[in-house]
Amino acid sequence: MPVVNLAETAKRELNAQLHALSVDTNETHWRVENPQGQHALAAGLNVPVTVEIAGHAGYYCAGMNSQATVVIEGNAGVGVAENMMSGKVHVKGDASQSAGATAHGGLLVIDGDASARCGISMKGIDIVVKGSIGPMSAFMAQSGTLVVLGDAGDALGDSIYEARLFVRGEVKSLGADCVEKEMRAEHRDLLHKLLEAAGADAGVDEFRRYGSARGLYNFHVDNASAY
Amino acid sequence: MCGIVGLFLKDPSLEPELGTLLAGMLAVMTDRGPDSAGFAVYGAGAEGRIKLTLRGNDFDGVPAALGAGVNFTVRDTHMVLDFAASDEDRVRGWLARNRPDIVVIGAGKRIELYKEVGLPAQVATRFGLAGMSGTHGVGHTRMATESAVTTDGAHPFSTGADQCLVHNGSLSNHRSLRRMLEPQGIRFATDNDSEVAAGYLSWKLREGASLAEALEASLDDLDGFFTFVVGTENGFAVLRDPISCKPAVMAETDRYVAFGSEYRALVGLPGIEQARVFEPEPARVYAWERN
Repeated sequence: MPVVNLAETAKRELNAQLHALSVDTNETHWRVENPQGQHALAAGLNVPVTVEIAGHAGYYCAGMNSQATVVIEGNAGVGVAENMMSGKVHVKGDASQSAGATAHGGLLVIDGDASARCGISMKGIDIVVKGSIGPMSAFMAQSGTLVVLGDAGDALGDSIYEARLFVRGEVKSLGADCVEKEMRAEHRDLLHKLLEAAGADAGVDEFRRYGSARGLYNFHVDNASAY
Repeated sequence: MCGIVGLFLKDPSLEPELGTLLAGMLAVMTDRGPDSAGFAVYGAGAEGRIKLTLRGNDFDGVPAALGAGVNFTVRDTHMVLDFAASDEDRVRGWLARNRPDIVVIGAGKRIELYKEVGLPAQVATRFGLAGMSGTHGVGHTRMATESAVTTDGAHPFSTGADQCLVHNGSLSNHRSLRRMLEPQGIRFATDNDSEVAAGYLSWKLREGASLAEALEASLDDLDGFFTFVVGTENGFAVLRDPISCKPAVMAETDRYVAFGSEYRALVGLPGIEQARVFEPEPARVYAWERN
């Protein structure tokens, strides 16, 4: 197993080594030591390998990830798994703002809390947060699923399009055009699969579902005050 | 952009290392603010005495003219005067009359404040930050957006005795706040928006608010983006605007409370691996006070 110590190796060298891997590489399990909050660690991966980061990561860790599994054994800074396409990112601590922002696919699991704007403009990613999320999460969310075992902050799902939001705890307030929706069998099934994939210990019936009221899709003068 | 750092010590045995730790934190934040840098350190103080931090290019003749009761330390472009508090009017009066080229940038029982244009590590070295001891300190690395790259525009800003503020962000209603504060006797030395935030807090503190109450009130009265770190003689506080526009991360152990714009700034602190690392919530005042 390759071990890269960032106290000795430059971050760009690490990322270059990871970017040089071929799809059929035998070096499928990497460990990164002494990350010390550096930015853009393991960003832009495009092969099915596992990268463990032994500590806290800075901004945009595992950004643009495709296929790879990235495990952060500490906290992650702003924009973890930003624009992820596929694969899995697992944050064992807390995540800062804009976790999973604009991401098209893959699974982001956060064992702790995520702060403001979690899943902002999400476009197909599945996010499971075992703690709570900050204000303005899922702002303009377009597709994908956000599951929160704890509470959600102010203005959840403001100007949401079609993403599905499941929250077990309290929602401080819903944003414009976001409403509570009926939990049907298909939603229970989806939620159950995601909880299982994330290793989250929670019952499907403890959650409530939120989504778009679809009132702001097209401009209508009667809705002007809601924008 | 700008970077801010702060360190508030709980364990007195760390006090001799305050300057070294703060200098390390400041240098890491160079990427966020390479224009200029500054810091305030709360060091030793004595009852009945006052320190004035002066900035100027030439201090020749100042100590001699002020007399034997005024102790002085020169650090590059700054000079700290230490004298009996009862002598403050005389010293300030002499400076105003005879040396208008010299600016008083900080005053109080314990605060010393230094700022200059240049890379943060160079600014810290010029003033000998690593050799300073104290109970708490704040620092700032600036990437100017709202006003010019000048020493005047560098942080921290101090608008009251032993008070200082560093700011990451920009305020949009600083002109109207300034017009409200000036008739209240709050004086400003620059056109900088962050100085207005410092003046606002000084005004609230003067009117009897605690540091936490003053910051609470600022959430209603300040419009714009901000993460503030504030120091007073015995206090240290952090506040972010309600949409947490600017980054912040904190670490707390039994020995200290530390603030950084990014976690990278905190990695050199002792025992950081075991610290409780957390992101301060928007619109929530975090304040610590020494007994």
